[in-house]
Amino acid sequence: MALQSLDIKQRSATTTPAPQARQTMEIAKLIDVSACIGCKACQVACMEWNDVREEVGHNVGVYDNPTDLTENAWTVMRFTEVEENNKLEWLIRKDGCMHCSDPGCLKSCPAPGAIIQYSNGVVDFHQENCIGCGYCVTGCPFNVPRISKKDNKAYKCTLCSDRLAVNQAPACVKACPTGAIEFGSKEDMKDYAGKRIADLKERGYDKAGLYDPPGVGGTHVMYVLHHADRPGLYAGLPENPSISPLVSLWKGATKPLATFALGLAALGSLFHYVIKGPNEVAREIEEEIEKEDAS
Amino acid sequence: MIRDPKDLPRYNAAERANHWVTGICFILLALSGLAFFHPAFYPLVQLFGGGAWARIIHPYLGVILGIAFVVMFFRFWQLNLINDADREWLTRVGEMIEGNDHNMPEQGKYNAGQKMVFWSMAVCVSALVISGLLMWRAYFNFPVGIVRLAAVVHAAAATIMILVAIVHVYAAIWTKGTIRAMWYGTVTRAWAKQHHRAWYRQMTGK
Amino acid sequence: MTNHWVDIKNADLILVMGGNPAEAHPCGFKWAIEAKKTRKAKLVVVDPRFNRTASVADFYAPLRSGSDIAFLGGVINYLIANDKIHKDYVKAYTNASFLVDPGFKFSDGLFSGYNEEKRSYDKGSWSYQLDKDGYAKIDESWQDPNCVWQLMKAHYARYTPEMVAKVCGTPKESFLKVCEYIAETAAPNKTMTSLYALGWTEHSVGSQNIRCMAMIQLLLGNMGMAGGGINALRGHSNVQGITDFALYAQQLPGYLAAPTDADKDIKSFLEKKTTKALRPGQMNFYQNFPKWYVSLQKAWWGDAATKDNGFAFDYMPKLAGASDVLSIFDQMYQGKINGFLCQGFNPLASVANKKKVSDALAKLKYMVVMDPLATDTSEFWKPYGEFNEVDPAKIPTEVFRLPTSLFAETAGSFTNSGRVILWRWKAAEPPGDAKDDTEIMATLFLKLKEMYAKDGGAFAEPIQKLTWAYRIPNKPSPEELMMEYNGKALADVVDPKDATKVLVKAGDQLPSFAMLRDDGTTTCGNWIYCGVWSQAGNNSARRDNSDPSGLGQTLNWGFAWPVNRRILYNRASADPSGKPWDPKRTVLRWTGKVWGGNDIPDMRPDAAPEENVMPFIMNPEGVARLFARDLMAEGPFPEHYEPFETPLEANPMHPQNPKAKSNPAARVYKGDMEAFGNAKDFPYVATTYRLTEHFHFWTKQSLVNAIMQPEHFVEIGEELAKEKGIAAGDRVKVRSNRGFIKAVAVVTKRIKAFDIDGKKVHTVGIPIHFGFKGATKPGFITNTLTPFVGDANTQTPEYKAFLVNIEKA
Repeated sequence: MALQSLDIKQRSATTTPAPQARQTMEIAKLIDVSACIGCKACQVACMEWNDVREEVGHNVGVYDNPTDLTENAWTVMRFTEVEENNKLEWLIRKDGCMHCSDPGCLKSCPAPGAIIQYSNGVVDFHQENCIGCGYCVTGCPFNVPRISKKDNKAYKCTLCSDRLAVNQAPACVKACPTGAIEFGSKEDMKDYAGKRIADLKERGYDKAGLYDPPGVGGTHVMYVLHHADRPGLYAGLPENPSISPLVSLWKGATKPLATFALGLAALGSLFHYVIKGPNEVAREIEEEIEKEDAS
Repeated sequence: MIRDPKDLPRYNAAERANHWVTGICFILLALSGLAFFHPAFYPLVQLFGGGAWARIIHPYLGVILGIAFVVMFFRFWQLNLINDADREWLTRVGEMIEGNDHNMPEQGKYNAGQKMVFWSMAVCVSALVISGLLMWRAYFNFPVGIVRLAAVVHAAAATIMILVAIVHVYAAIWTKGTIRAMWYGTVTRAWAKQHHRAWYRQMTGK
Repeated sequence: MTNHWVDIKNADLILVMGGNPAEAHPCGFKWAIEAKKTRKAKLVVVDPRFNRTASVADFYAPLRSGSDIAFLGGVINYLIANDKIHKDYVKAYTNASFLVDPGFKFSDGLFSGYNEEKRSYDKGSWSYQLDKDGYAKIDESWQDPNCVWQLMKAHYARYTPEMVAKVCGTPKESFLKVCEYIAETAAPNKTMTSLYALGWTEHSVGSQNIRCMAMIQLLLGNMGMAGGGINALRGHSNVQGITDFALYAQQLPGYLAAPTDADKDIKSFLEKKTTKALRPGQMNFYQNFPKWYVSLQKAWWGDAATKDNGFAFDYMPKLAGASDVLSIFDQMYQGKINGFLCQGFNPLASVANKKKVSDALAKLKYMVVMDPLATDTSEFWKPYGEFNEVDPAKIPTEVFRLPTSLFAETAGSFTNSGRVILWRWKAAEPPGDAKDDTEIMATLFLKLKEMYAKDGGAFAEPIQKLTWAYRIPNKPSPEELMMEYNGKALADVVDPKDATKVLVKAGDQLPSFAMLRDDGTTTCGNWIYCGVWSQAGNNSARRDNSDPSGLGQTLNWGFAWPVNRRILYNRASADPSGKPWDPKRTVLRWTGKVWGGNDIPDMRPDAAPEENVMPFIMNPEGVARLFARDLMAEGPFPEHYEPFETPLEANPMHPQNPKAKSNPAARVYKGDMEAFGNAKDFPYVATTYRLTEHFHFWTKQSLVNAIMQPEHFVEIGEELAKEKGIAAGDRVKVRSNRGFIKAVAVVTKRIKAFDIDGKKVHTVGIPIHFGFKGATKPGFITNTLTPFVGDANTQTPEYKAFLVNIEKA
């Protein structure tokens, strides 16, 4: 979703820095799981604002529908029933792009400008530059991007960058009836989360906390969790997400090193030729053959 | 270069075609693959009609290369088995690089360097094809851990493959009279005697 | 709602029982979350299922569907036994001290006066002892064995925690924990709000479920308080509005009792309906009934309604008998109805026992469906495979479909659950030939009028003389209609104390029902809405949400009936001397001269506390009723009765009395009793409900909603699933004695088996919403399964508790 009205901080497959003079506020969306009722209004708002429609699916024995993120469903509610010490909890988590500060998708993307990180923290896909390789899927620690079967472009939550550019909160935030999704500066959201966590602790959730994983430099979508010590309870929210070491290896040091090695090989060959000259058939042998033929 | 009826046939037409199918695929794969590998190479996608086309074509070329290489592998693998002479050649490879081949052991159709190229390409192509298939999102959706590993393997194998290919091509350029073997199939007897004496003896009975 | 949506944020405890607001009212539920966030309020859920509301609750207690009165009766017992009563409140503002007729008895599950044959009570003894002036006798000491307090205490003493556990299947500790939460709000400055919806109404004891909670709220002193009250969460966006405008045929707009065949003239009718005060000095607001009724007759028949003709009393249709939804379909089923105008209603899907409804529709000569959507009902005759197995060749009913505009395609007003009337503006043009309902009805009316004029006919006057002063006769505008039902002065309305003082000039819109007169000088189509369109204009269109109270009262936001009052019985938020029970949440207080505060007083504005005018002004007693006199069909105190289809052999409260097994006063039609299933063939308790993703049977036609919840499912617990070999995602067949449905199984930890007196009882949860028409996957209609029996007072069908069996399909 191309939107140049927001300042760009990082651009995929680009080795030079983006303009950095302007400093803008870092924003965040805070999802208070303890106030979420799983009504899916956010899913509907997302589909309607972004004009995407998933196909009418099937019930597969759970409330989740669409059952997974797709190129047409950029956010889905994930329902988990957890029963411990005779206490049942129905944990409902809104899943979608976390807008990492250190985005694995952007790091992996080979197409210049297909993935953008704005200075406010939003990570956005610009489909017109997307080549459909799916490296973003490989790079994402949260399993978020989806490649469309129709156009082979990658899609995911844009955090409504088009709305942000005109000072509107994301559609899901606007639609959330219980205030379980809040939006503001990252700092304010952390403050607000602190209050929510204090409240949850008073209600007996000793391990309540904020999910803003440092492994990816923090995220611009954060969760207030009642069980922050066990994010995995919430439909497998990663405990300690970071860009996979394999991805770092692949997209990190190997790139310049291998490029250097290839250059070295090419130049080495050239200079070898220049220094040593060609490996030609020795005159004696030519003569031997000529002699043979003459005889 | 004058063609002489007494030149030694080194590759028949089928072998040459096989080689060039593989070679062309490789070049295209390398160009498109490099484009995805490092931003510096990204403009190469223009050779293919843009990024999306490069992404679409690359894996199909890989499949063609894979098939062509398998055929080629079965044509040549027995000729590439390593023997004692090869081992000795390898210990003296430094002299070879110096351009001094007087003390090198006699070589058959392929010298040990060529054999190393053959086997490293066999390994690299296998790794590239398998890891490439794992990464081919248009058709497959493997667990992300496997795809990540595949991505690393693919990049590493491709790097090695290109390095080997540089050696392969340079060796052909460096060693005068070689390339014609892949153009029209023959080499001069002098060339054979110089570089592949054992093969020369075998071909000429001398 | 006695209170309103925003007021939920003022609660200390939110008790959700008989409802699931997070699921069915997610937007209003924001105020429950707000209370949790800002007041540290606790949220407690009691429900057969661990539902979406429970997912954010502080405490959840399960109970077997249909056992709410046992639970609530247990709460009453707990509050009395543990002295967790707001005594000053109960003493002053309830009838606890009133003496009851000594003939009133309760034994073995039945109250005095039961007639088994008629399934009804002679309620003669359900009354107060009166003194020579006709006032009720009271005993301030509460010691008299016939005083309400003693009777109530004795009645609920049987509802011990053990009994609750036995009847409801609620673990004793869970029940007691809920009691503790509730009991905390007996403190004068603590309130509990009770949120309920169809989970209470849709039982054969629905009205008594609600009454039972009303009693608890009175004992705790939570009525009239900010953050308190009994709050019915209405389903459709405007179902409150339609209820206010005579949803029930036995009532006229504004809940005025409609005359019946027995009412021969206006004088005797008004006398019968005008109540006399039962305690000295009380407002007894129903003494104004003639003003409201005559103004209604004047609104409808204008100049044709004169003093001499009893304000055209004869023109008003008189009810011959029951006309609730079950009785209408029963009459249709009996072949007694020829034609059916089905407006904004999908009875095939929404009325109990689809087979009976379908058979009933097949006996019509014609049906006219007015709806924005192609409803299931409009195609009841069309085969849809196993989802709707009918033979069109055998159905003579001619069906006409008249497309209407959808709510957003017409202007008008919505009245929300909090009684706030909000104007809304047209957002889009209706598609194709769709017309507003009013235009269709007006056109039909004008055609009938023309036919009567041309051809004559029996008793044409009510139609010929009906007021019809709309600018475009076949298109009455919503504005005109609102102005009309608000009412106006036909002559100058003067101050009754000073005839020289003109309160409203002739021709002006009336500001309040206080201006209504019984001499034919005022019109008003719905007395409780009077003031919504005053001389100041359309008050429902006001959008000023400033809130100086901090309580969310926002008196300039829309218009709440009555007279823009936001919290009913708000006089009870202050103690008898006029000081608020909780000064931090002042709704009303006595300023020395008048009542002031943050709401429109539910009290004569100048009634000084010393006058002892009590807060419950609509009751002739002036106080609230713990003992309901003769106003409920099945007794003055709620008593637990089993649903008509129960998994139990007998009512555990009255195991020896089969007459007291299920509601003894509920009406059961011929043939329907036989259609009840028994626990042997249908061992599982089924309960039907709604899902957030859908709205009734509309949104299955909407793509986005269909994407969110695409296919019919039923929910069962893991234990039952294991017993039956059912895995999540399997297709299952659910049967009741009336038919079967097939759907996908959702197997969940959220539905648990109940231990009912040693017997294991499983629950099968069945969402409604699905059917054979729509964007969702084709499905069965859930109401294929439900029984054709209703609450004894409202006849609302018992959708929430019946018996089924389940197997893998």
